[in-house]
Amino acid sequence: MNQHVLAETPLLADTAEDDTPTRSTTHTAARDEIVRLVDLKRRFGETPALEGVSLTVRKGEILGIIGRSGAGKSTLIRCLNGLERPDSGEVHIEGREISRLGENELQPLRRRIGMVFQHFNLLSAKTVEDNVALPLKIAGRPKAERRARAAELLELVGLSAKAKAYPSSLSGGQKQRVGIARALAAEPALLLSDEATSALDPETTRSILALLKDINQRFGLTILLITHEMEVIRAIADRVAVIDAGRIVEEGPVWSVFADPQSEITQSLLGGIRPQLPKEIAEKLSSVPGKEAILRVDVAGDAARRPLLSELASAVPGRFRLIHGGVDHVQGEPIGSLFIGVAAKDSQVAKILDFLTARDAKAKVLGYV
Amino acid sequence: MSEVMIQLLLRSIWETVLMTAASGLISLVAGLPLGLALIATERGGIAENRWVNRILGIIVDGFRSVPFIILLVALIPVTRLIVGTSIGTWAAIVPLAIAATPYYARVAEVSLREVDRGLIDAARAMGGNRWTIIREVLVPEALPGIVAGFTVTLITLVGASAMAGAIGAGGLGDLAIRYGYQRFETTVMFVVVAVLIVLVYGIQWLGDRLVARLDHRA
Ligand SMILES: Nc1ncnc2c1ncn2[C@@H]1O[C@H](COP(=O)(O)OP(=O)(O)O)[C@@H](O)[C@H]1O
Ligand SMILES: [Mg+2]
Repeated sequence: MNQHVLAETPLLADTAEDDTPTRSTTHTAARDEIVRLVDLKRRFGETPALEGVSLTVRKGEILGIIGRSGAGKSTLIRCLNGLERPDSGEVHIEGREISRLGENELQPLRRRIGMVFQHFNLLSAKTVEDNVALPLKIAGRPKAERRARAAELLELVGLSAKAKAYPSSLSGGQKQRVGIARALAAEPALLLSDEATSALDPETTRSILALLKDINQRFGLTILLITHEMEVIRAIADRVAVIDAGRIVEEGPVWSVFADPQSEITQSLLGGIRPQLPKEIAEKLSSVPGKEAILRVDVAGDAARRPLLSELASAVPGRFRLIHGGVDHVQGEPIGSLFIGVAAKDSQVAKILDFLTARDAKAKVLGYV
Repeated sequence: MSEVMIQLLLRSIWETVLMTAASGLISLVAGLPLGLALIATERGGIAENRWVNRILGIIVDGFRSVPFIILLVALIPVTRLIVGTSIGTWAAIVPLAIAATPYYARVAEVSLREVDRGLIDAARAMGGNRWTIIREVLVPEALPGIVAGFTVTLITLVGASAMAGAIGAGGLGDLAIRYGYQRFETTVMFVVVAVLIVLVYGIQWLGDRLVARLDHRA
């Protein structure tokens, strides 16, 4: 397997564009963006699926879009290769607006955008090898080339031995590897992944995500992936956008969104993988000052690299106890969430809050027990 | 059975096989594209077209609603136009094929509809056009059902060809009626029924084996 597997070819030749002066300026300004969505809207009858989505995908990055079921994720990703047509808004793929192209004009474009599906969507009547080679057959490439390329890709995904097998004899993880190999066959400039791991068990999920990350790093392939699991975002995304009810509610580098989730939906999606106040304590929590105040402390980045707790212990007299929490590392950045109990004397609590705030930690009193 | 009777039986078997095979082949060649057209033009299909879909549906179901024996007689002018005569084995193939084609179109349509939409999406996402979708996805994925449906159609044609005796087409059904029923030659009746059973079982067996070989779904 060599570095030529995915050539760094542009999705569309610049000549394909009717270069008006204004357009070429925006084109240069956005050299490293491969996808730009502007105010996409789409409804299905009375059901709104997208309510004005604007988003950019940069060349070489892995952008994760997360949202609950029905948030509009699939509709969004399908607008990128024209499987779905927005009612309004713009879809720019390497500078070219595609949302109003006809099916025939979309076809050559789609050959350069790979897509991986939740349910794999492999053709049951074709062997693994023929499934992988299908995009090349569609592109009219000669048989010898298709075979060679399929063999190369099956080696990449570790399934050379299964070339002649039929998909029904494969496990879920193996099927998705074939799906990925197939999506890469025509040397795409962009890979779309719609819940590629949602039908897989956690261990298989990890190995599929590792494969995607590897492909991204080795070949610089841009990946846009959709998921409803924060674990997936955490494992491979560089940036994350949170979609809810057809709108992007939050967007940023993964570690910063993890460290400081703004919207309620993000917090709830993060719930499973960030420390939560233990249930027994949460149930007893009251807003009336009692014996002990429960504080939540969030630190990230440099603030989380310092010996915060020992500094706190020596700076503020009095005792506190650590109830729950820990420091996690996302994209190499430490992100800490701690739950602390302190004697509920106003002066004591205020001092601790001041101390922590001064050290770039976010601290707040959740209540009293 | 006499020597003459055996000769007659062999000829009848040949006539039945000929009528079934020829009209079956025509219904396959014409019915499958018709089934594809029905699927393609339906709502959400790859070549959605409400009017074409509606008109095709009306034609197909119109033919299917006419009892075969009536079709047999009603089509006599058409048969004469195509075959040159309205009597005999070849003449019977025309109404048999015309009756079987819309029937098979609906049978094929059912199998084609079962093809997962996700597979069509996958082909579209690869940049495939309609023709690619038909050739690489719809037909190969529905092939087990298409073959199973063709088996059913052939067996139906074996039965229908018996009625073609009415226009002098010969065949096993005709033999059974003329000798077994009208002349009380019970042996002939039994032999004909036995041959028909073997024929039907044989077709079903071959069809099932072919389906098993073609079917790679889980
Ligand atoms: N083809 C369709 N017809 C009707 N409604 C649809 C269709 N596709 C999606 N929807 C609706 O649009 C909304 C968003 O769907 P979708 O994009 O599939 O969400 P997600 O992938 O985030 O689960 C949902 O309410 C869904 O029911
Ligand atoms: Mg979805």
